Amino acid sequence: MSERHAEGTSRELHVGIGAGAEAVRPAPGDGPAAPGAQGKELATEDMVLNIGPQHPSTHGVLRLRLTLDGELISSAEPIVGYMHRGAEKLFEVRDYRQIIVLANRHDWLSAFANELGVVLAVERMLGMETPPRAVWTRTLLAELNRVLNHLMFLGSYPLELGAITPVFYAFRERETLQAVMEEVSGGRMHYMFNRVGGLKEELPEGWSDRAARAVADVRRRLPDIENLIVDNEIFLARTRGVGVLDRETIMQYGVSGPIARASGVDMDLRRDEPYLAYGELPVRVVTREAGDCHARFEVLLEQVKVSLDLADACLERLRELPPGPINQRLPKVLKVPEGHTYAWTENPLGLNGYYLVSRGEKTPWRLKLRSASYNNVQVLRETLPGHLVSDMVAILGSMFFVVGDIDK
Amino acid sequence: MAVVLDVAVRLAVIVAAFLVLPLIAGQAEHKVMAHMQARLGPMRAGGFHGWAQLIADGVKFAQKEEVVPAAADRRVFALAPAVALIPYLVVLVVVPVGPGLVGVDLDAGLFFVLAVMGIGVLGSIMAGWASGNKYSVLGGIRSAAQLVSYELPLVLAASSVAMAAGTLSLPGIVEAWRWWWLPWQAIGAVVFFTAGLAELRRPPFDMPIAESEIIMGPMTEYTGMRFALFMLAEYAGIIVLSALTTVLFLGGWHGPLLPGPVWTLLKVAALVFVVIWVRVSYPRLREDQLQRLAWVGLVPLALVQLALTGIVRVLAG
Repeated sequence: MSERHAEGTSRELHVGIGAGAEAVRPAPGDGPAAPGAQGKELATEDMVLNIGPQHPSTHGVLRLRLTLDGELISSAEPIVGYMHRGAEKLFEVRDYRQIIVLANRHDWLSAFANELGVVLAVERMLGMETPPRAVWTRTLLAELNRVLNHLMFLGSYPLELGAITPVFYAFRERETLQAVMEEVSGGRMHYMFNRVGGLKEELPEGWSDRAARAVADVRRRLPDIENLIVDNEIFLARTRGVGVLDRETIMQYGVSGPIARASGVDMDLRRDEPYLAYGELPVRVVTREAGDCHARFEVLLEQVKVSLDLADACLERLRELPPGPINQRLPKVLKVPEGHTYAWTENPLGLNGYYLVSRGEKTPWRLKLRSASYNNVQVLRETLPGHLVSDMVAILGSMFFVVGDIDK
Repeated sequence: MAVVLDVAVRLAVIVAAFLVLPLIAGQAEHKVMAHMQARLGPMRAGGFHGWAQLIADGVKFAQKEEVVPAAADRRVFALAPAVALIPYLVVLVVVPVGPGLVGVDLDAGLFFVLAVMGIGVLGSIMAGWASGNKYSVLGGIRSAAQLVSYELPLVLAASSVAMAAGTLSLPGIVEAWRWWWLPWQAIGAVVFFTAGLAELRRPPFDMPIAESEIIMGPMTEYTGMRFALFMLAEYAGIIVLSALTTVLFLGGWHGPLLPGPVWTLLKVAALVFVVIWVRVSYPRLREDQLQRLAWVGLVPLALVQLALTGIVRVLAG
């Protein structure tokens, strides 16, 4: 191979070249970059490696610009925006029914939870009371949605570390729950089941029994994943003490959700600022102190169990509730009175907030979206340097992000 | 004339085995993995439980365009798959299947096998370097680093068997084998098999390929038949490793009732199953963790085995 870049135009080099380039420095330890031949002493050249925008472990089009010394990462920069769809701007030209469709798409693994924030904000502005049956059903579906989301990562994270089996078990469980979700909403990912004032439709006949059975099945088979991976020696070696995030960094970057809780940040809106029916439910907040990849995985796994329990509690409550409506009649043109509000919810991946500003029209004047993944991946800049490329995958995977949720 | 014919037949059989056995191993991997993961695996190609899946894959690979990246070192790039594949074919020549059923009975067969198998890794390093791709280079370098860590335990464990048998000839080793070698050489067998997995870059030692980290490592830029040759090399490697472990540690054709070659094939099949099983169950190690495993675990264990072999040999006279 030969030098292909004009000298001095770029620090990016074709691999295998290292001789006499501009930014040579004495080698602390020889990396794969070839030693400088003309230099007096051995020198290595940093290599810039772009992980993504198309790369198997970025779950889409996140791009990481890594500077590597051998396999050691000396700096990392997440570059976002490849999937920017202008959701916030589109919110301003859609009426409040249409917004729900848009809003459930940014984090495509937590569609129900995304819808929820929008309708909660609108209902609050309208001063609208939702019927109790709707509240409890929403809580139930939100928890099932959380389980679906977490199962995805419980499968994909081991896959990124080279364990190919858990993902199949995880998807088996996802199918079980999705059948239930599909029956109730017609959708498998983008449920579109929330409406301002309640839910789209009444639950189908006998659905709650089938849902209870699905929840029981998932709970029964969850140990398949757990026993296969959580205490595996190699899994421990790859995740223990890797990518440790401390409380301070979490606070500075606004990291939230399971990642924050794995570092001992004991915050969960379901308990701390209850919305829906969470105030009446015993929400157990799962935390770990270690803050490493393994702690994050454990939190996720434990949260699945908590959510399954909550789902059971909701189902039980739904059976006891007296019959009644599940939604409100809405006017033909839904206009939200002038004002502003911020509705945030504990989404599966972290805090998800909608700041709604209305000028009394049928579309919002501004609807700002605070999505969990956007803040969560920014912290990669802090965690990745000093780790190896292999650890990069372990850390990246444990940040549990959805690219749509980053780019919006 | 008869000698020439004899050699020709032996070589033809070896080439046939070389082409068929990896396919069977590959198909077995498809199906075994699938059933371990609560799914079915290929079910369509060929009708009966997708038996022709790999043939269909081969046809597909043959039709694909052979892309050579502009930045690639063309000659090395084209040569690499062959360098990865051919050593395993050559190794099969000296592996005995039954009494007298061997391509060539070399006096230094074990030495030959270990030397030739090491060459296969060069293919991976060449491919990594020649592809003109950063991921490939990382993969190639990882291959090279891996070579350093497993080659020593591999050789030490194999030499323990040679010491026990008092010969380097593979048929000679099998003939000298007795059942109580199983417990006697057990440590060596585990070390040899583990180090062999690392040589083949099979999970949990597949960091040179690590598709979630460095795409496909040295194979990233390969397409069509060249890629197929790399895959064939991987499965041929599994066969060779299983066959060598069988011959060195599991007594080759020794076994009750069934004819010798059947025993050899059964043992090979069982080991192939273990290789697949390990892949299904384990995540991937990190490169430095493999080095650690090799130097802190495998090498001392192999030395213990060597000492044990020596002591028993001296005491038994």
